[in-house]
Amino acid sequence: MTASSKSRLIDEMRMQSGQDPSCCFQCAKCSAACPVTAAMDLLPHQVIRYLQLGLEEDLAKSKTPWICASCFTCAARCPRDLDLARMMEGIRLVMLRRRDGNKFGPADLTPEQLKKLPQQALVSGFRKYNK
Amino acid sequence: MPRTGVFICHCGTNIAGTVDIEKTVKASRSFPGVVHADDYRYLCSEMGQDIIKNAIKDNNLDRVVVGTCSPRMHEQTFRKAASEAGLNPYMVEVANIREHCSWVHRNMDEATPKAVALVRAAAAKAALNDPLEAPAIEVEKRALVIGGGIAGIQTALDIAEAGYVVDLVEREPSIGGRMAQLEKTFPTLDCSACILTPKMVEAAQHPNINLITYSEVEEVKGFVGQFDVKIRQKARSIDPVKCTGCGICYEKCPAKAPSEFEMGRAKRKAIYVPFPQAVPNIPVIDRENCLYFKKGRCQICAKECPPQAVDYEQQDEILERRYGVIVVATGFDQLDPSIYGEYGYGQHPDILTGLEFERLFNASGPTAGKVVRLSDGKPPKKVVFIQCVGSRDKARGMNYCSKICCMYTAKQALLLKEKLPDAKSYVFYIDVRTAGKGYEEFQRRAAEEYDVAYLRGQVGKIFPENDYLVVRGVDSLSGKTIEINADMVVLAAAAIARSDATELGRIVGINSDSYKFFNEAHPKLKPVETHTAGIFIAGACQAPKDIPDTVAQAGAAAVKAIGLLSKELLKGEACTAEVNQAECSGCLYCEAVCPYNAINPVEIEERYHGGTLQRTVAEVNPSLCQGCGSCTVICRSGSINLRGFTNEQILAEVDAICLQR
Amino acid sequence: MRYRYFPGCTLKGQAKNMENATMAAAAALGIQLIELDEWQCCGAVYPLYEDELITLLSPVRTLAAAEGEPLVSLCAACHHVLKRAQELMQRNEDARNKVTDYLEVDYTGEGRVLHFLEVLRDDLGFDKLAEMVKKPLEGRKVAAYYGCLLLRPSKVMQFDDPENPSIMEDLLKALGADVVKTPYRIECCGAYLSVTEEGVARDTVAKILDSARNVGAEALITACPLCRYNLENCAEEDGKTPIKIYYFSELLAEALGLQFDQLISSALERRRSSNDSEQ
Repeated sequence: MTASSKSRLIDEMRMQSGQDPSCCFQCAKCSAACPVTAAMDLLPHQVIRYLQLGLEEDLAKSKTPWICASCFTCAARCPRDLDLARMMEGIRLVMLRRRDGNKFGPADLTPEQLKKLPQQALVSGFRKYNK
Repeated sequence: MPRTGVFICHCGTNIAGTVDIEKTVKASRSFPGVVHADDYRYLCSEMGQDIIKNAIKDNNLDRVVVGTCSPRMHEQTFRKAASEAGLNPYMVEVANIREHCSWVHRNMDEATPKAVALVRAAAAKAALNDPLEAPAIEVEKRALVIGGGIAGIQTALDIAEAGYVVDLVEREPSIGGRMAQLEKTFPTLDCSACILTPKMVEAAQHPNINLITYSEVEEVKGFVGQFDVKIRQKARSIDPVKCTGCGICYEKCPAKAPSEFEMGRAKRKAIYVPFPQAVPNIPVIDRENCLYFKKGRCQICAKECPPQAVDYEQQDEILERRYGVIVVATGFDQLDPSIYGEYGYGQHPDILTGLEFERLFNASGPTAGKVVRLSDGKPPKKVVFIQCVGSRDKARGMNYCSKICCMYTAKQALLLKEKLPDAKSYVFYIDVRTAGKGYEEFQRRAAEEYDVAYLRGQVGKIFPENDYLVVRGVDSLSGKTIEINADMVVLAAAAIARSDATELGRIVGINSDSYKFFNEAHPKLKPVETHTAGIFIAGACQAPKDIPDTVAQAGAAAVKAIGLLSKELLKGEACTAEVNQAECSGCLYCEAVCPYNAINPVEIEERYHGGTLQRTVAEVNPSLCQGCGSCTVICRSGSINLRGFTNEQILAEVDAICLQR
Repeated sequence: MRYRYFPGCTLKGQAKNMENATMAAAAALGIQLIELDEWQCCGAVYPLYEDELITLLSPVRTLAAAEGEPLVSLCAACHHVLKRAQELMQRNEDARNKVTDYLEVDYTGEGRVLHFLEVLRDDLGFDKLAEMVKKPLEGRKVAAYYGCLLLRPSKVMQFDDPENPSIMEDLLKALGADVVKTPYRIECCGAYLSVTEEGVARDTVAKILDSARNVGAEALITACPLCRYNLENCAEEDGKTPIKIYYFSELLAEALGLQFDQLISSALERRRSSNDSEQ
């Protein structure tokens, strides 16, 4: 593991989300508040730590940004006033904008799912995981 | 033509790092009236001051300009040096080329011309300086201490011991403050009452101390040496001379109200003393909850009182006293954690604040010293402590660290284990901060010998389930989600300024920081002084503080107060306003804006077309004037000038900056 | 009381019940909901990235279409997107200019954007509503489930206390229900993770439903079609007491004494009258 302060992902994320990861003092309130940590390979506060350390490639491999459901609980409770939901979105977008970035589309769903799922879930899911 | 000397200070690299000193000195030589210019690494040092003194004598200087730090830092130093060389101290001008220049610029090419301009302005002003004399002020040999917690008690005792009379004003019915609420104190585990009560009694019995309890300061006028203060002594409804403190009244009283002393976690009577060791041991009637005052019936206390000390007719009294100095020691409040909905405070009786939990250990507390759950009276097996509830939180709480929580939490966890050996404590923390003598060792003892589990992380949610509280948090070091079925939860709620601190600051005339804590005059060098001469601060009203720091600061405030009280005369303000009465139109706007009541109308006689005319004009009382300048700003005819800051002087400064680019 | 009404896709599809019940209740309460002409998608997600303006086009078009009149929606997600898009339009001049130039509309952030629950609380008043209840939900133990999108971020949504909301409980009280509170009422249901990571949604839903059982709830109300879908479809019920999931408006209509056929006829009525007005 090498920590580098130069990272395109992090620079872009900082600019586009307006969030500065260096404000985080790792209290892990976000991780404590997050309802879906059980499915994450990195906890939310660890994502910010990786951003602080510039570990771009490790973040690119992580499942966590894709597990994040944008419930905004982390942002609502962060004592440093950071909006982690925006940071997660930033990481997702940087990944999606890379070559073959799309995560899933209608073809990935079974006909039964397509019938059962509410329209809202399909539209938001496609918007969120496709570019 | 004036003979001005200019002296430029390097302040090490503070100024010289950003301002080209040589260029500044060279430029200074060309300013009108400047006959000498020099520089030195530290002008405030003895060597530096000697350079100024010698130059005054050698060059026959009649004015001095020092380009250095803020006048707030060293104006007095340089005025004193000049006067030792035979110059009137008010012939010295300071150009602030540090805070206003070198510290706020990075580029020498920008900072140097600005420093030159600032010095040029000061030289232009100095050319118009006149010698001034400060009036003498008599010092009233009496001190006022506001707040009767450990800070106020210690300050009052120290001042009283030096031989001066002290009035100690306390809002509550008893002195004692927050320390009286504590069971034990870290890191030595002394019983708080055992070390505090003797001091309370000593203060009450000291011949030089007057306790004025159940009272509040309503008005402060005047200035250092002569503060005129109005104190409202609230009606106790008890005759303090007759009352013997037997306590029959509150035993018999049928009306109950939440006890402030027990943080609302127990009831007290409508006639009450806040706690058993109260000083003075005289009850008060809380008229809002007293049946007689509410409904006109009852009067049981009056009937039962053996010496017939109950007096329902008693009225508030206003005491008017003059003091030489004032010490403010009004302490702190605890943040209400119910703003953190995820913690559920206020929705479940077993979720407590640190101060509320502390009371459970106390023999006279809500549970008579038994550490039990308030919901069902059972002793807890698992207690979760949560740190930084409202501290270090710029989004919903306070951005600062409350300083005392890490230590009192370790103390409470340790005391819990001693009281209930089967109980297990968990502490969710962000950082453990234990700077202080014996503190780190104490906290480690709690962790290592008392089985206190420290978990580095915050808590996301607390909610009741079955008969316990589910605490869901995270340990950030292991990356594990932690779920504890706790019996009790203790929230280390932030220590915050008193809710009415700003209001008291306004009454007394001192300012507060953005958190409403009172501001010291200098964070390092004037930690107990305020920006108002003669008013000092001590204890947690300045910032969260533990007892050792509070007592040390209280002693320091007392020394500063004694230093002033020991003087017969003080030098007043020399830069006072003066009215050109020939031009004054008598509108008296100045009288309305003067915060010191230093302006009064007077009748003058003027010759007019051969006859005489009576006219009303303004007059400044120079012993009351503090030179704030409000009157000169409001004066419509421009007939008020502030000595040392005349309109002509200020315009000369502006010209020197603007016209000579 | 007259409002412009934005339904959104799901209200015309899977969440038809929510719309039908709301329309019937609104009519009974004297609340006029006028459906926007030729409405389009709300945008589905609110963009959290500064340069993502394309997803703003839909909501801004909708906001502008309300022509300054109060705009009401029912779906929590639609309301969230509309409300946040409005706030961005008010706050960010650059984004506003780009979006409104592209759409060729004139919109600067004006108009109230309301969820129907807010209409009931703030404009009608729960006290008044309670008086109009014909069949109180007496003895029915019902809990509210808020989810995320109505509450957070609270500075923008300004819907209720984000950690201790009460609007749905207050509604239930007005309807005469026996209100119980679950600690998981503001936790996420898993949202569209049910599309890609169904297991995650199953876990979150299990916690919500277990906590509801724990406090003795027999039913939950929600204002979000996705929440309802997850709560119903990701629930693993083996042997557990089933919990019925309702849209808030379904219980509202029921308490107002409206029958299912009335709901249908009111829906037909609406369609007819909107066709009339078009002619």
